[in-house]
Amino acid sequence: MHPAFSVIFLTTLIGVGQGLFLALFSAQAYGMAKLLPAQSGSFFANGSFLALLFLLGGLFAAVFHLGKPSYMFTRAWRGMTQWRTSWLSRELIAMPAMMGLTFLYAVFHWFGWDVDLFGWHVTGQLSLVVGIVGVLAAIALFVCTGMIYAAVKFLQEWASPLTVVNYFLLGSASGFTCATVYASYQGVEQELVHFFGGWAIALTVLGFATRGFSLLRNARIKRKSTLQTAIGVRHTHIQQKAMGMMGGSYNTREYSHGKTGAFLKSVKWLFLVLVFVVPVILLALGLSADHNALLLLAFMTQYVGLLFERWFFFAQANHPQNLYYQTI
Amino acid sequence: MTQLALVIDLNVCVGCHACVTSCKQWNTSSEKSGPLFDDRPYGQDPTGTFFNRVQTYEIGCFPNTETLHFPKSCLHCEDAPCVPVCPTGASHKRAEDGIVLVDYDKCIGCKYCSWACPYGAREFDEYQKVMKKCTLCVDRIYDEKLPESERKPACVLACPTSARLFGDVHDPESQVSVAIREQGGYQLMPEWGTKPANHYLPRRKTRMHIHEDELKRTDNPLKKEDIRHGTSDDVTLDDWLM
Repeated sequence: MHPAFSVIFLTTLIGVGQGLFLALFSAQAYGMAKLLPAQSGSFFANGSFLALLFLLGGLFAAVFHLGKPSYMFTRAWRGMTQWRTSWLSRELIAMPAMMGLTFLYAVFHWFGWDVDLFGWHVTGQLSLVVGIVGVLAAIALFVCTGMIYAAVKFLQEWASPLTVVNYFLLGSASGFTCATVYASYQGVEQELVHFFGGWAIALTVLGFATRGFSLLRNARIKRKSTLQTAIGVRHTHIQQKAMGMMGGSYNTREYSHGKTGAFLKSVKWLFLVLVFVVPVILLALGLSADHNALLLLAFMTQYVGLLFERWFFFAQANHPQNLYYQTI
Repeated sequence: MTQLALVIDLNVCVGCHACVTSCKQWNTSSEKSGPLFDDRPYGQDPTGTFFNRVQTYEIGCFPNTETLHFPKSCLHCEDAPCVPVCPTGASHKRAEDGIVLVDYDKCIGCKYCSWACPYGAREFDEYQKVMKKCTLCVDRIYDEKLPESERKPACVLACPTSARLFGDVHDPESQVSVAIREQGGYQLMPEWGTKPANHYLPRRKTRMHIHEDELKRTDNPLKKEDIRHGTSDDVTLDDWLM
C-alpha cells in the first residue's frame, strides 16, 4: 500500500493522546486508592489538555485523508451514519467521544468540580467517573482504529487480531512515555514519575513482543490470491504483458509504496530500534539518573520511530489488486 | 431478485479496447457519473479515471504461448466488500438490480472502499475527489427514450466481436445464465467469497486430430489414395484436399 502521511500522523498522534489519558487516569485512580501520592487538579487538567492537543493534532491530520478538506464540514457528518457495518464510521464516532471526554476530564479537574457520588468522602469522584468513561472511549477508539485495518481481509498483513493489539500497546506505550516526560517536567514526586516510566517500559517491551509476532507472522504469509485465481487461468506460467494503460493510474499509485525491498527492510530495523530499543534504554537511564532531558529524548525517539513503524505497516501490506497491475 | 451483470467471453475478446473508449466516452459525458478526469492525455505519463481496463497476459512458455486479453471492470459482487466499509453510505448496492453504485454527493473520498475491493475495480477521481466505478451504464439501460436494443452498457454495444453479454444472472433462462452454464463461466478470485456477479467465459481450444486411417481409407473404393504425391509429414487439411 502507499502510506498516506495523513493516516500515519493520525494514528500515531491519537495513540499518544489516548495513552496519555490512560496514564493520567491510572495516576488519579491509584492516588485515590492511596497507592500513589495524590496530585493536584491542575496536574490532571494540564495533562489532559496536552492529551487533547495530541487528539486534535490527529484529527487535523485526518482531515487531509478526505478527498477534499472541505468535506470535513460539508460531508463528514455522514461518516457516522454507517456505524452498523463500518469500522471507519465507528472510529468517527469514538474519536469525538474520546475528545469530548478528555475535555470534560480536564475541565472537571481545572475547576475542581466534584460531588460525593459514592459517599467515600474523598475528592475527585466525579472526575473519576468521567475518567472511567474516558478509558472505555480510549479503548474503543484503539479497537476501532485497529479494526479499520484488521477488518480488510484481503490485506493479509493486516487481517489479524495482532493489528488491534499493536495499535493498543504502541499507542499506550508512547502515551505513558509522554506521561513520564510530563510528570518529570511538572516536578511531581519521583514515585509517580517512576510509576509512569515503569509502565512505559513494560508497555514498550510488551509492544515489542506483539509487533515482533506480527512481523514474524507477516514474513510467513501464504497468499490466498494468485495470478491464476485473479484471471481464472490454470497454468503455472502466466505473465502480464500490458495492464491497459500507458502511464500509471490510481491503481498503480495507491497500492504501491514505490520503494525497493532493501529500503523497506531498513525501515523495519530502524523502527524496531527507534520505537523499542532506544526508548527503553533512555527511559531506564532517565529514571535512574532523574534526568528530564533523557526522558524527553526517549519520547521524541519513540514518536519518530512510530512514524516509521506506521509507514512500514502500510508499505508492507500487499493488496491482491496488484496482481492485475504488474507490467506497464 | 434481479442481478444484472456482464459476462465476458475471453475466447473472442481481441483486446481492441473499444469497450474502454466507449465506456469513457459515455460515462464522461453522462449526468450520472460526471466527468472522468484525464491528465496529460498526450504527455509523458498519461493518467486518468476509467471504469474499464483491458489487460493482456501471456500464458505458457515460448513457443507454446497464447495471449489472453482480459477486460476488467467492477464485478458488482453479490456480497460486495466495498459496501459495508463505507462510512457515509455513499457506496451502496441497489436492491432492485444488484448494481453497486457510489453516490458522489455523499462520498468523502476516504478511499476505504477501494482498499476493500480485491479486484482494484474502483478508481479515485483526482479532480472531483470522489471514488468512481463502473455503473453498468445505469443511466442508459433504463432510458426509455432509447430503442430497446440500445438499452445496454456502452461497452457491450461497442464490442466488435460480441465478447460482452449483458443480463440478469439470477434468471436461469437469460442469455448470460445460459452462457455461464453451457460454457463454464467462472468468477474471479472465488477464494474471498465476494461472489462477483460478472462472469468470464474461458478460452476454448480447438484442435484437429487426423488419424492415419482417415488419410488412407482403404475401405473406400471410390478414393484413389495412391494418386496423391509428396505428402508432407505435417499433414494438413489442404494436403488432403489437393
